[in-house]
Amino acid sequence: MSADKPLIQVQNLTKSFGEFKALKNISQNIYPGEVVFVVGPSGSGKSTFLRCLNRLEEPTEGHIFFDGADILDKKTNIDKHRQKMGMVFQHFNLFPHLTIKKNITLAPVKLKIMSQEEADKKAMELLERVGLPDKADSYPAMLSGGQKQRVAIARALAMNPEVMLFDEPTSALDPEMVGEVLEIMGELAKAGMTMVVVTHEMGFAKEVATRILFMADGEIKEENNPKDFFENPQHPRLQDFLSKVL
Amino acid sequence: MKDAIYQNLIAGDRWKYIANGLGVTLRITLFAVLIGIVLGFLVAVVRSTYEKTHKLKLLNLLCQVYLTVIRGTPMVVQLLIMYYIVFVSVTSKIMVASLAFGINSGAYVAEIIRGGIQSIDNGQFEAGRSLGFNYPQTMIYIILPQVFKNVLPALANEFIVLLKETSVCGYIALQDLTKGGDIIRSQTYNAYVPLFTVALIYLVMVMIFTQLVKILERRLRSSERR
Repeated sequence: MSADKPLIQVQNLTKSFGEFKALKNISQNIYPGEVVFVVGPSGSGKSTFLRCLNRLEEPTEGHIFFDGADILDKKTNIDKHRQKMGMVFQHFNLFPHLTIKKNITLAPVKLKIMSQEEADKKAMELLERVGLPDKADSYPAMLSGGQKQRVAIARALAMNPEVMLFDEPTSALDPEMVGEVLEIMGELAKAGMTMVVVTHEMGFAKEVATRILFMADGEIKEENNPKDFFENPQHPRLQDFLSKVL
Repeated sequence: MKDAIYQNLIAGDRWKYIANGLGVTLRITLFAVLIGIVLGFLVAVVRSTYEKTHKLKLLNLLCQVYLTVIRGTPMVVQLLIMYYIVFVSVTSKIMVASLAFGINSGAYVAEIIRGGIQSIDNGQFEAGRSLGFNYPQTMIYIILPQVFKNVLPALANEFIVLLKETSVCGYIALQDLTKGGDIIRSQTYNAYVPLFTVALIYLVMVMIFTQLVKILERRLRSSERR
């Protein structure tokens, strides 16, 4: 895997909110096909890290290369790159004024990546894939949280992204709905999608991740494969964290 | 009573004052609403863009001056300034009045729409941007359709106020509905019939408009739950 060129290359990433340093000099490579989980206590900067990857959060310093281009360079067209980086939010952020199908087809059609017919076809395939083909003409307000999140995943996938970013995708869900979303994500990982996932679902991380990063105080304190990450944690902060969450 | 109505409305074709006045009132209101929407919309987008991205600093400053001046001075004074100073060379009084009321209304519409944009969850912006839409596209496809639905009641209110406020355009000797009734009063020395007639016409117009807005609201809302 390391023979490949990294899909996302993070170099010396720093993010400050005034005096507070949310991210301290982070460097990371994410390779095609990797499923990287980011875990850590709340306030550790893991969501900020993820949101910097597609510049929803404007980093203070550093470089992020995606497909070889520095997306922090002001001259880079960030919108073009975001089309290739799907994002799934904690609170779904579906568009309430559009039907489910329209939610999925809006971006590919308006950004002239597909015709309406192509996009409709793709939307139905994706809804099939996330198990909601009968909801195509419903509005978001009529869906459960789990269903909303599955639609949000379909919406991101409609752009044929090269990487999917998940920002605590199950944290706002009722417990009985977590499973259906994780199942979709698991299938996505198995299908070879490159994924970066911020989550508190440790069991899921153990099962699906190819690599896990542990963040605390704005730094990556430890990274490892799932097995060693959970069975043989080195950093005292990670040992402490795992003892609390497992 | 019958006689009074005959004297005030039928005799000497006095109803024409009312009818022509109504035409003037409607024309001014229509133009003013259009100007108000366009102006208010532009100002709201400039102000919201500045608030979210800190771009368009100069335009934002300009907009703020506009809002302060328009909201800080009485409508009648603005109308007089427009007629006697700013557009002194323009001969069409209806045009001057439409501009004056439109520019005035724009300030209120701007704040209504800006409030509407602010009320949209920031996650909607983020979702739009994360899909690859730029800022204007996110506004047009995702934010503004939701804003429109939310601010419709407040906008309707603003236009009802505007319709009634055009009644001050008699100050620049425009013969609108109110002025028409007042002319009849001065001819017949009867205040009841012409003034109540005028009031009734305003009331009916507002009621029809309110009903239309209600239908539109219901249609927009039906898209939420089905």
